[in-house]
Amino acid sequence: MPGSTDAVLSLEIPPRAEFVAVARLVVSTAAKSRRSLADDKVADLTLALSEACTNAIEAHDGKDEAERVTIRVDEDDERLVVTVEDQGPGFDLLELSAHPAVTDPDRLNFERGLGIPIIRNLVDEVTFASGDSGTTVTMVLHCTPSLGDLGPDLLDLDEIDLEAAWDDAGLDEEGSR
Amino acid sequence: MDLGIEVDEARQPFVVVAVRGEVDIATAPKLREKLVELASQGAQNVVIDLEGVEFLDSTGLGVLIGGMKRLRGLDGDLTLVCTQPRILKVFEITGLNRAFTIHETVDAAVAG
Repeated sequence: MPGSTDAVLSLEIPPRAEFVAVARLVVSTAAKSRRSLADDKVADLTLALSEACTNAIEAHDGKDEAERVTIRVDEDDERLVVTVEDQGPGFDLLELSAHPAVTDPDRLNFERGLGIPIIRNLVDEVTFASGDSGTTVTMVLHCTPSLGDLGPDLLDLDEIDLEAAWDDAGLDEEGSR
Repeated sequence: MDLGIEVDEARQPFVVVAVRGEVDIATAPKLREKLVELASQGAQNVVIDLEGVEFLDSTGLGVLIGGMKRLRGLDGDLTLVCTQPRILKVFEITGLNRAFTIHETVDAAVAG
């Protein structure tokens, strides 16, 4: 991801189905610990990640066990950026539009191809870069660092009117919008 | 992570399949195999109880679509039981909540 993001974690997994659950666990744990995210946003990110990893593993098609799918989490003050990079043969994004819309009854003839629409729906920004050497999916959530991440030296919680802060942010007491 | 699948054939003419755990690229094939097996054994009306499912992605959706098509082709149907907002959201954002009949309880599903 270009720009001044800081690396949170990098994870390499073999292109095998059983490792997608591991990627979900690692990324959701990182997101929860680093960002002020409602539970449903963490769940959205986890599902989007699962779709991207599934596509990556299917692209590898089990051909080369030595290849890796790389998952990175980066952040800046306003964004959490999750990148999934594979070494598969790539795909033509335009071909995917050949599928009927999800509202079309004929859509049921396609049991695959739902992953990318799901990703688009769940994250704030997504880009796909695909070529002969692989595909990179970059997913961005707009969110702020968690209070804990700023540390006690920067924040004196006793002096902060949290209720007013929630109101200002349009949130209820539990942090939900 | 293993996928739990329990088949209850005591609610004829319905077969109730309770699924537990995470349905993804690793575990969905097990559910697909079970649905194919049930259809080949003559089951026509299958109720998939998703209340024990903690996670479901497009691979799981694909298996459910395949099962529904298979059973409708046999003059049967595949219906769902789900009240979990997280799981229902996957159906809603793909528009598949309009393709599947989704009940709140197994009793409601077997009542037709």
